Amino acid sequence: MIAAPATAPSVPPAAAERPHSPGRDAWLRLRRNRLAVVSGIFLLALAFTCIVVPPFLGQGYADQNLSLGATSPSAAHWFGTDELGRDQFARVLYGGRISLMVGFVASLVALSIGVTYGAVAGYVGGKLDALLMRVVDILYALPFTIFVILIMVFLKEPMNDLDAWLRRFDFLKNLQGIGKIVGLFAAIGAVEWLTMARIVRGQVLTVKKMEYIEAARTLGYSHARIIFRHIIPNVLGPVIVFTTLTIPAVMMLESFLSFLGLGVDAPLSSWGTLIKDGADKMEDFPWLLIFPGGLFATTLLALNLLGDGLRDALDVRAAKD
Amino acid sequence: MLRFILKRLLETIPVLLVIVTATFFMLRLVPGGPFTAEKAVSKEIMQNLEAHYGLDKPLGRQYLSYLADLAPKRFAPWRLFADADRNGTLDFDLQAAFGINLGPSFKYPNRTVNEIIAGKLPASLELGLWALLVALALGITLGVLAAMRKNTGVDYAASTLAMVGICVPTFVMGPLLVLLFALHLRWFNASGWYIAADRVLPAATLGLVYAAYIARLTRGGMLEVLNQDYIRTARAKGASELRIVLRHALRGGLLPVVTFLGPAIAGIISGSFVIETIFQIPGLGREFVNSAFNRDYTLVSGTVLLYAGLIVGLNLVVDVIQVWLNPRLKFE
Repeated sequence: MIAAPATAPSVPPAAAERPHSPGRDAWLRLRRNRLAVVSGIFLLALAFTCIVVPPFLGQGYADQNLSLGATSPSAAHWFGTDELGRDQFARVLYGGRISLMVGFVASLVALSIGVTYGAVAGYVGGKLDALLMRVVDILYALPFTIFVILIMVFLKEPMNDLDAWLRRFDFLKNLQGIGKIVGLFAAIGAVEWLTMARIVRGQVLTVKKMEYIEAARTLGYSHARIIFRHIIPNVLGPVIVFTTLTIPAVMMLESFLSFLGLGVDAPLSSWGTLIKDGADKMEDFPWLLIFPGGLFATTLLALNLLGDGLRDALDVRAAKD
Repeated sequence: MLRFILKRLLETIPVLLVIVTATFFMLRLVPGGPFTAEKAVSKEIMQNLEAHYGLDKPLGRQYLSYLADLAPKRFAPWRLFADADRNGTLDFDLQAAFGINLGPSFKYPNRTVNEIIAGKLPASLELGLWALLVALALGITLGVLAAMRKNTGVDYAASTLAMVGICVPTFVMGPLLVLLFALHLRWFNASGWYIAADRVLPAATLGLVYAAYIARLTRGGMLEVLNQDYIRTARAKGASELRIVLRHALRGGLLPVVTFLGPAIAGIISGSFVIETIFQIPGLGREFVNSAFNRDYTLVSGTVLLYAGLIVGLNLVVDVIQVWLNPRLKFE
């Protein structure tokens, strides 16, 4: 994710000596922002740990040890155990997989819808643009969290069917609750694309009027070449920044749904469900709240700091709010 | 300006109609219904129940009669706070004020959705208003202080606090505040909604998140404004720092905050679902989530419509304030 700005193709073909490309400049600026760099490293390390480590723990998220019960953190159980004797470290890592996955995939869903919608509106312009953006305005006024709640409650049965269908495939066989997770991707992605569409449209409108686009048009380049070689690379900055800032928003929404009992089903856990359980038992077993809650907050913090750093590095002004 | 408001009001009608229609059909096209609970009901009882609530009629007919009941029939907003459920307190009486009838509840026998909303909305409104007040007061103060003392300890402290508010979910913040202020210090009750002091913790929990966003936006807005020429002019005239901030800078500096008020209001409404559960507040948010789980069709549609109406209406107010603060925007 950090490497993305460096690979943005933006070197004009006519450049004589080899100047710094805007992407390279941005990368250098980002590297000077210590908070953003630390955040990026933390996120990479966290993602690596959550993805790679769990199978080597020797303990699954559902393995119970009822005679052990709830114990505070120790050498054997770094994050302690819950009252079913499940190792909290394993549960936090497995939960991290789900929370991070929901955050990334749902953001990607929102990103694809938003960029396509906004780019079409901005590039085509005219009546189509007015119509598409009016739709976005109207959708903006809707109480969206409420609709996500309704979708998650009322699509419970269809999601169970989806789960059964998906798990017929060999590689998904062991993924209990995959249907619900796919439902979360869809429900959250379907409501988080609006701002992205607005940002991309605004950017495309500005870029469209630039002289180099006119030059490209004069040279007889096709629409496709203009869009992909000249417009998209130049609107990439705000898109990257806003995606980075969408991920924490999505993770927050997922945890909110989990708190209302609409997240993944037990024994599977996400950070949201772990935090909810921990908050209920906070007085007796505080470590059940402290570890998932702390990790969740730190992750959101890192994502926000990285997003801010990227915004400064790519010099994006309108990307947030 | 009156034309702008009227135009916007007219525009809300199709929006609300879309919401009603979407909710109505979404609820009914999904398998299962309000009476398919855990305990099996005999076929005859089921048929009687469905006939009683008109669920045996064709879907199109149900939709049309629902719309007919829903349509406003009079305009008497001053009667909004009449006593809707006749328990002696002021309520939110949609029937008396606009003739809006949201139908009978499917899960609470002999209660109408109007009555349930009237009974539960006041607590939610109060919570929301207090939370908004906390958010604005705390957020603007912190933001202004941070902008005035840029890159000092005050600035960093305010930014850190704002980041904490943004990254810690309300359902972590709430229990932590309860642990500290209710269980250890014993200043407040851990839950309930009886005395004035019961408002403090829920409002603080809900308001803190938005205070954090508002502080960041205020800081940014103020920094931009404080560099303007007219601020230098005011300073050159010898105005005090306090007067510069309050009289000259705040109006422009608060513009980003006003833009954020729309999303903040929507967020406070959905945040109330969680807060009302944590603090056991008898509000509409908790009722809405329960009604969704119970598949109480009319109660779900009624509350969704009410929330949508609130959000759309308050967004209109926000737009008017925005133009008032920044005349360059002009009413479309």
